[in-house]
Amino acid sequence: MNDKQGFKHITLPISAEAAATLTAGDYVMLNGAMYTARDAAHKRMAGCLAADEPLPVDLSGETVYYVGPCFDKNGNPKGAGPTTSGRMDAYAPALYDAGVRATVGKGDRSPAVYDAIKRNGALYLCAIGGAGALYAKAMVSVHTAAYGDLGTEAIRRMEVRDFPVIVGIDQHGNSIFAK
Amino acid sequence: MREITYEQIVNAVRECVRACGRLTPSCKKALEDCLAKESGSAARFALSMLIENADTAEREDLAVCQDTGMAVFYVQLGQEVHVTGGLLTDAIDEGVRIGYAECGWRASVLDPLTRVNTKDNTPAIVHIDLVAGDGLTLDFLPKGFGSENMSRLFMLTPSAGMQGVEDSIVEAVRLAGANPCPPVIVGVGIGGTAEKAMETAKRQLLRPVGEPSADAELAALEKRCLERINALGIGAQGFGGDTTALAVHCGKFPTHIASLPVAVNIQCNAMRLGHAEL
Repeated sequence: MNDKQGFKHITLPISAEAAATLTAGDYVMLNGAMYTARDAAHKRMAGCLAADEPLPVDLSGETVYYVGPCFDKNGNPKGAGPTTSGRMDAYAPALYDAGVRATVGKGDRSPAVYDAIKRNGALYLCAIGGAGALYAKAMVSVHTAAYGDLGTEAIRRMEVRDFPVIVGIDQHGNSIFAK
Repeated sequence: MREITYEQIVNAVRECVRACGRLTPSCKKALEDCLAKESGSAARFALSMLIENADTAEREDLAVCQDTGMAVFYVQLGQEVHVTGGLLTDAIDEGVRIGYAECGWRASVLDPLTRVNTKDNTPAIVHIDLVAGDGLTLDFLPKGFGSENMSRLFMLTPSAGMQGVEDSIVEAVRLAGANPCPPVIVGVGIGGTAEKAMETAKRQLLRPVGEPSADAELAALEKRCLERINALGIGAQGFGGDTTALAVHCGKFPTHIASLPVAVNIQCNAMRLGHAEL
């Protein structure tokens, strides 16, 4: 992780103004706090939205990281890289519409997610799948925010320092992925 | 008869699962070779991070990837061995239970329908081969599911021939796209029954990355498939680039006159293997 790549430094949560400055393919260093959620948490949150109930945490303007981290018995992170975003495609448009500013994961997204990103002036950021150790080291603190019964799939508030990503989809729908 | 105790097996499994913290040397070398010839900028960034990640995981006792997999074990059990003190498969599960917890690896296993997590990453998937002799060897393959989800089975008809086999392998990788964390290692099983084909495909992942098949015809198929897969341009992480697969490993088994099964089992860039001999 060197600065030769020309990283843009972005603070979490990402403001609408900051989101507008980013273009697909930009290298970005994230600093601040975001929320983790993957398959099981998304299923429950989708249930909340469908029933017109509030989400367990206010995700308006927040960044959602698709990850199921692992920790040793003392709570130290051992691995915290991204999981495949495509599995969250069924849920992502409703969450973007509910105010999520950015999601972080790996792999390409469905056309419906591209549309939701454009509609909401949002972002999709790519972490590097397989770099679980480096992302564990970027984690400064973490605590369970909701759905603690889900274990690794719980929603956690995770504070990160110098967390590297590439902009996968920008708010105009431009993409880094080979088509 | 030689006796091997339940506790010996539990301890061997505990040692094996530590491998989730180490990229195999052949995979690390393949990533370095891949970076040396990569032209895509984002792909180079991704590959550099993966190499740094492997060094960091090993140096600081971290997981190469937080998906420490379902624990797949290949057991070669000598016919002259008597396992005492309990069942072999129970001993493997006990080793996984203790080993994953003491390493801080992830509990990723749950009931497929209720989705209730077993909380200790058991049960393991265990393949047992009875062999000659009085030894017991274990090969541990922690299989992540970003890549496992991209597995495909093609029940071709014999008319499809070698060309059909080759096209199916390339198509499976094309359809997987960015999802399985490329650059990947492609395990292929040709022949057998449906489940034998997939079992053969996964077993090919135990080979050092890039080691060609001992069968000349399969080695040539591996080479042709690798060239076509890397011409797809998917690249590391799907960012576009010269290397989508580090290697294609093919195996085969006799099949029925009516069929030509082809199974593709994809391994992500985080190739981890453990080995123990008792």
